[in-house]
Parts: sequence; structure tokens; C-alpha cells
Amino acid sequence: MLGKEEIAKRIAKEVKDGYYVNLGIGIPTLVANYVRTDISVEFQSENGVLGMGPFPFEGEEDADIINAGKQTITTLPGASFFDSAFSFGMIRSQHVDLTILGAMEVAENGDIANWKIPGKMVKGMGGAMDLVASAENIIVAMMHVNKAGESKILKRCTLPLTGVGCVKKVVTELAVMEVTPKGFKLLERAPGVSVEHIIASTEAELIIEGEIPEMKIG
Amino acid sequence: MINKKVKSVQEALAGIEDGMTIMLGGFGLCGIPENSIAELVKKDVTNLTCISNNAGVDDFGLGLLLQKRQIKKMISSYVGENAEFERQMLSGELEVELTPQGTLAEKCRAAQAGIPAFFTPAGFGTEVAEGKESREFNGKMHILEHAYKADFAIVKAWKGDEAGNLIFKGTARNFNAPMAGAGKITIAEVEELLPVGSLDPNQIHIPGILVQRIFKGEKFEKRIEQRTVRKK
Repeated sequence: MLGKEEIAKRIAKEVKDGYYVNLGIGIPTLVANYVRTDISVEFQSENGVLGMGPFPFEGEEDADIINAGKQTITTLPGASFFDSAFSFGMIRSQHVDLTILGAMEVAENGDIANWKIPGKMVKGMGGAMDLVASAENIIVAMMHVNKAGESKILKRCTLPLTGVGCVKKVVTELAVMEVTPKGFKLLERAPGVSVEHIIASTEAELIIEGEIPEMKIG
Repeated sequence: MINKKVKSVQEALAGIEDGMTIMLGGFGLCGIPENSIAELVKKDVTNLTCISNNAGVDDFGLGLLLQKRQIKKMISSYVGENAEFERQMLSGELEVELTPQGTLAEKCRAAQAGIPAFFTPAGFGTEVAEGKESREFNGKMHILEHAYKADFAIVKAWKGDEAGNLIFKGTARNFNAPMAGAGKITIAEVEELLPVGSLDPNQIHIPGILVQRIFKGEKFEKRIEQRTVRKK
């Protein structure tokens, strides 16, 4: 079973040379730490920056330079700033190659829910609805089951949707799955996790073809 | 040169009355017009509809107006940082219209650009699309969204000149740029207010035609919401 850092490590392998990437809050933010250093990648934050760098050194924080998680950041050579309308323009026009975000639920038809639990948690969708409606390549980083042990990989989402038919790939503590027109296809399993364990933890049907390899992390 | 300079925040906010709709720039606490917000609290105007990406935190930004119940309705994309907000929303005291962030930005930009409405794919198939016209373009579904109508837009810039030209810094440009000119009257509060001729025309982000009143903010706290650092 993978920890959050290992999920981020596995997703980092999906980041290719020349990609502009938008990272959501939580596990997706960690992905930046594990992208190969021999490729060229730029991170976009929807509040208006391309070319994000690491957190600033202590004492060098600037209140005017933050990411979408409201964290103080730095920029790398070649970075640029722009306004929010412009930022979502480049997202809508599909100039951002890869979007990595978290979810509360995903379904076998590619639907995703991650912004609202009616009556309990209403924080808002932020930029998630714009991102999932426009991005061609969406990878979801999430936990396979909730604290009560119930599957979050579903036939149909039960929570209010963020987007429909948009998720392409899901990486959890147990597995890597691809969303195909026929449903979730199991691609890889976490080290030491059996296919049976994954099936038992998944409410949706899984398409399983041949031997399922273990994920390679690191 | 048409001079937009006003002497004080009081003069800048003249005419803001109970029940009006006000746009306020900023993302989180980054780039918020903090001097204007402090004056709105003093002015004690109520029943406001505020269009702002976020609602501040409990004791800073728009959270200050929420605490005094000056806001009737909030139009935002993300309000997770404010416990008082969540309480007023869940109890029904505060009307809330949650809008996808890119749609919110574009509804401001549309108002700024004189476009009454536009189609966007964001929110199609979700509760955001309820009651809205939808249409297919290039094989993909979109929903119709309308430009905002606001009485005032209040933006914050780094540098400005007396002609109302504005330059922003870093990610503080956010919603400040698309909100400039998106209200009937646009007020700009700036950290540095310079005489005309001090700013290079090549570097201007927002031309002064979109700004009716400009003033130098007395004090900028520029609070950081999530201070994240690494060790040297």
C-alpha cells in the first residue's frame, strides 16, 4: 500500500518532457518534488503564474507571490505572471498539457466529485470545474477507500459532480487505473497488494487483462 | 491627462450605499484592496452583494465585513478559509453563489470588455449548469454565462499614476486586472501613486481609461495566508 509521497512519485512518472502542468492542492502538489530533473517541465498555478519554483527560503517570502493553495512560492527563470481571466483562458484553450488533482469520488464513466458534501462541507469548487471541463489529460490522485473502508472508486458518483466524463487515469494507494469507454481498466497494483484486494476495495467493475504488474516507484 | 487622483479612501468610496453590488479584487489575501475594505467596515454600509473570488479569513479581508453582517450575498469560487462564512452560509443568514473560478474571472472580463454573455464548458453536467442554456460547439457541451453587473469595482495595484494607469506585482494581478472597468465606477488603491510620466507606457497592465478614482493606500499589511518556506 502506498503513502501519499509514493502516490505522488508514481504520478510524477506521467509527467513528460515539454509539458505544462497544473497541480491541484494536496497530494498533487507533492508531484513537483519527484519529476525527473533531466526533462523540461513548467508548473502553472491558476491564480496567475507559469514557471513555479520551490518554496522560498525563510525570510524571503513575498505576500504577492503565491500559488493557488495560497502558499508562498518562488519563480524559476522564464516564469511569467498573468491575471485570472488570462490564466483560465490558457486552461480552456488546452495549452496546459496535464492536470493532476484530488477527488472524493470518481466513477467508471470518468465523472469526478471533489467540491461539496451537501450539508457538511461547502468550500466551493475553486478552479476545479474549469480545469476538468477543459483539460484533455486529467490524472486523479486519491485514496481508494475512505476512513470507513468504503470504496471511492464507483459505478456512479454519489456526491455533487465537478465534471462529467473527464478523468483519464486514477492513482491510489492500491492501484493505477485507466478510464476506458468500457470502465476502469486495472493497469498496475501497489507493491505487495493483490489483485483480489483491489477488487474487494473497488465498487466499480474492473477490467483485468492478463497479469497485472506491480508499480515501479522511484 | 485626465486626473483620477483622490486624496483619501473616504473620497474614493463616496457613493457606495446599502444594497449595492461591489466587485473586489484579490485571490485569497493576495492583492486585496485592504484599505478600501477597512473603510467599508467604518462606513457601515450593509446589504452588500460582493463579487470576490474568496471571502477573506475570519479577521482579515472580506471576513471583516462578514463579521459585521454587512454582506447579504457573496459570489465566490472558494470560501474554505473562513469559518464565520461557513457558519452564516449553512445557517442561511448569508446568500451564496458559488461559481467556477474561471467562469467568475470571465464574467468580470466580459463586463470589462462589453460582452453580455459567453459559453464555457466549465460546470456542464453539474449543479452549476442548472437553469442555464447549454449548447454544443465542436462536439463539446457548453453553458451560457452572463457578464456581471456591478455598481463599483475596487481593485488593488502595486503602482499607479494620477491618470489611473496601473501596474500589478506578481500573482497580485489575479482578479484585479479583469475587474478594472467591470463596474460602473472603478476605484484603484495603490501602494505607490506616481505623477504622470513616471510609468513606462510599455509596462502598463491596465490603462487609466478603466479607472475613475485612484488613491494611495495608507497602510498595507499584506498578510500571508500560508507561509511556506524551506531551510537555507
